Amino acid sequence: MGFLLVAVGVVLLLSGSWYGLFVSPQERYMGDVQRIMYVHVPTAWNALLLFTFAMGCALMSLWRGGWGWDAHHEALLEGAAVLSALLCVQGAIWARPTWGVWWDWDPRLTTTAVMFLALLGILALRSAVDDPEKRATWSAVATIIAFVDVPIVYFSVRWWNSLHQMQSSPETVSAPFIVPLRLNAFGVLALMGGLALLRARVAARRTARELGPALEPLPAGALVEAR
Amino acid sequence: MTDTVRLPAPPVRRNNNKRWLAVLALVVAVAGFGLLTAGGIGENLVYYWGPSDVRNAGDQAVGATIRLGGQVAKGSIRQSAEGSLLEFSVTDGKAVVPVRSTGVPPQMFREDIGVVVEGTMTKDGVFECKRLMVSHGNEYRAPVDSETPDMEKLIKSTEGLKSSGD
Repeated sequence: MGFLLVAVGVVLLLSGSWYGLFVSPQERYMGDVQRIMYVHVPTAWNALLLFTFAMGCALMSLWRGGWGWDAHHEALLEGAAVLSALLCVQGAIWARPTWGVWWDWDPRLTTTAVMFLALLGILALRSAVDDPEKRATWSAVATIIAFVDVPIVYFSVRWWNSLHQMQSSPETVSAPFIVPLRLNAFGVLALMGGLALLRARVAARRTARELGPALEPLPAGALVEAR
Repeated sequence: MTDTVRLPAPPVRRNNNKRWLAVLALVVAVAGFGLLTAGGIGENLVYYWGPSDVRNAGDQAVGATIRLGGQVAKGSIRQSAEGSLLEFSVTDGKAVVPVRSTGVPPQMFREDIGVVVEGTMTKDGVFECKRLMVSHGNEYRAPVDSETPDMEKLIKSTEGLKSSGD
């Protein structure tokens, strides 16, 4: 399933990017620069989506127990962190020629940076805790609380005045621009979803090893000899 | 140890009685969210002032570093012959604040586009801009067929912005 999703994602991303680069016309005012939207917007949607999935896994990990939820929680956190980092970089690259600056502390950019740092923090917490049980519990609590930032990121451009523009909708985006947006949105979702499934397998195996069956009792005298 | 060692199936977590923690975390999250949205942080957090806010602030805006946001007023863009001085007005439809800036603005800069300028008000009522940012809307449009000589329009929209150098 994981590999299949990754393959589907790659095909969608290639076709979406091809369409966006070679079929869609230039934007009236931004020209070619606007084409970065075809990766930036799908990255943004999926960063928020993966964080949301991670929150769901965190909740289930606490509610039901079971290591599967914890493994997927870990994988999705990493996916969301990667997408958040990409999001900030793509945004800066788009901002420089259009806004005139790489970065400014406007509400959307600030809350997105907070989201990235929160994800890094939870991942740091996970890697700092050796006991799988505590790691699963503490990081799940952290994820649920940090998730508060996700709706704030989304609504930041509506609640406060900002440099970042509001969300676009099919009414504000010409039709030939929408095709690559959708293709790449599902492409990133499939690719990151597939990678997360594969990454969760790795996490599950590591946890299994950590919890692994108790070692065979040592033969009598072994400890003495070892000394 | 070695690759041939088969890993056991992950054991079911024994102690899964963490439901109270899930509820607690959710409560904290919802309370935090409620505080942020209903607690008035929305009103206290301001990224930029509009021209009316700056006008209303009067002398308080003089000397303080502030951000002013709004639309570039029609017909207000003037660039000195040397190309180093750029003057325009920022409006919100009600008030107008003249802005003085230096340097070459971003390519997107034109009449009617949104801008956020960082700087301070001077005593003579002109906003001294240290940092000019263009804020575009959420509309992305393909050029329409009737606009085929689109380049002409684009060039026109940048008139007055070109520094004498080019």
